[in-house]
Amino acid sequence: MTVEFQLNGEPVSVAIEPRHTLAEVLTRKLRLTGTKVSCEAEVCGACTVLVDGLPVSSCTYLAYEARGKNVVTIEGLEDKNGNLHPLQQSFIDEFAFQCGFCTSGMILSAKALLDENPNPTDAEIIDHLDGNICRCTGYLPILKAVRTAATAMENYS
Amino acid sequence: MTPLNRFEIHQPATITEASRMLLEHGEEGGCYAGGTELLLALRHRALQYQHLVDIKVIPGLNSIQAANDWIDIGAACTHRDIERSPLIREKLPVVAEMESHVANVRVRASGTIGGNLCFAEPHSDPATLLLALEAVVRTEGESGARELRVDELINGAYSNSLEPGELLTSIHIPVLLPVQRAAYVKYQIRERPALGLAVVLDTPDGGATISQARIAIGCLCPFPRRSAAAEEMLRGSREEVEALIPQAAEVLADDAELIDDNEGAADYKRHLLGVFLRRAVARALDGA
Repeated sequence: MTVEFQLNGEPVSVAIEPRHTLAEVLTRKLRLTGTKVSCEAEVCGACTVLVDGLPVSSCTYLAYEARGKNVVTIEGLEDKNGNLHPLQQSFIDEFAFQCGFCTSGMILSAKALLDENPNPTDAEIIDHLDGNICRCTGYLPILKAVRTAATAMENYS
Repeated sequence: MTPLNRFEIHQPATITEASRMLLEHGEEGGCYAGGTELLLALRHRALQYQHLVDIKVIPGLNSIQAANDWIDIGAACTHRDIERSPLIREKLPVVAEMESHVANVRVRASGTIGGNLCFAEPHSDPATLLLALEAVVRTEGESGARELRVDELINGAYSNSLEPGELLTSIHIPVLLPVQRAAYVKYQIRERPALGLAVVLDTPDGGATISQARIAIGCLCPFPRRSAAAEEMLRGSREEVEALIPQAAEVLADDAELIDDNEGAADYKRHLLGVFLRRAVARALDGA
């Protein structure tokens, strides 16, 4: 079957089998390797991408489900001039990653939160990111990075 | 990445067509309602379906409707739909609150309430609360429509009582009476809860006495259940009820077939029941 969807703002049309996950299609067929797969059980959050603005585990989400929808991966966050998204910049500035494997998922999950709730409390950030696991940072720099990005996005707009 | 075995996806236009598709494919076919649990089972070859019937594309299965004394939730509503529904937040906040803590944001965005109940994963939060709320699930199949209580639908770990070709279409939940207070508490240190516990308490005098109690427990046993004997003990003045909580928790534990699993040993779960029954009663009565 063929699925058509918007990928990072551009229309794509790709031949898939019903059994293919969105992560397989993104990383293998479309060669967007910023999406990372770890637990394959919707627990770790590394493979998080946004579908119509909502975070999903692309490892356990059929590419079939993306038909007609709007998919955003980490590759779609910088603007047309190559400027990093405020969340990407704040993760760098606050040292919110070490090995970086969870980072794409963390940033996309945080983007879903900030798009819906531009000024979240710490409790809201922690609650929202509860399903994204990082084994390097201890989470405090990540919390700080999301707060910093929220402030930057507020000032920007 | 571990690939899934090959399957076809079918898109029924109506419940009747979905039912026919499931009957046609028999053991080789299954309902696909969100995939958050099904796809894991397929990946690990715990289930092997060659045909998935996508019930999410059937119009009308994802609506939430309310009347004065009940709410109807379509089987294909996601946990997020329920968590965010203004109707449910207003009329059954205990359900919205429970849904807002199911798994994680990603699972809540794709997983559906109907899929959750039919899959009957022992660690389901919704099943335990819906049992205490005396919700009824509506089904449609070849032999007509049925209404089942949650403990009639779920008859074992990963097991439901639906007949071949029968689909769960909606969940019908009575809204709490003005004298009723409800709470759902859970305890979790890993990805799945070790305990889920729901109480619905009837208190005609603002919490001073409890005239009737319903208690449902889940996660620590193969499927959610109530205990009439434990419920009987939680009647009387608040003081009397609170004094009997340790004994009621023992009765709940005795009735529940507690299991040893990744979330803890049975004797640990017995201990948790005492702690969380007290917390659930306090939360229901004090709202905190």
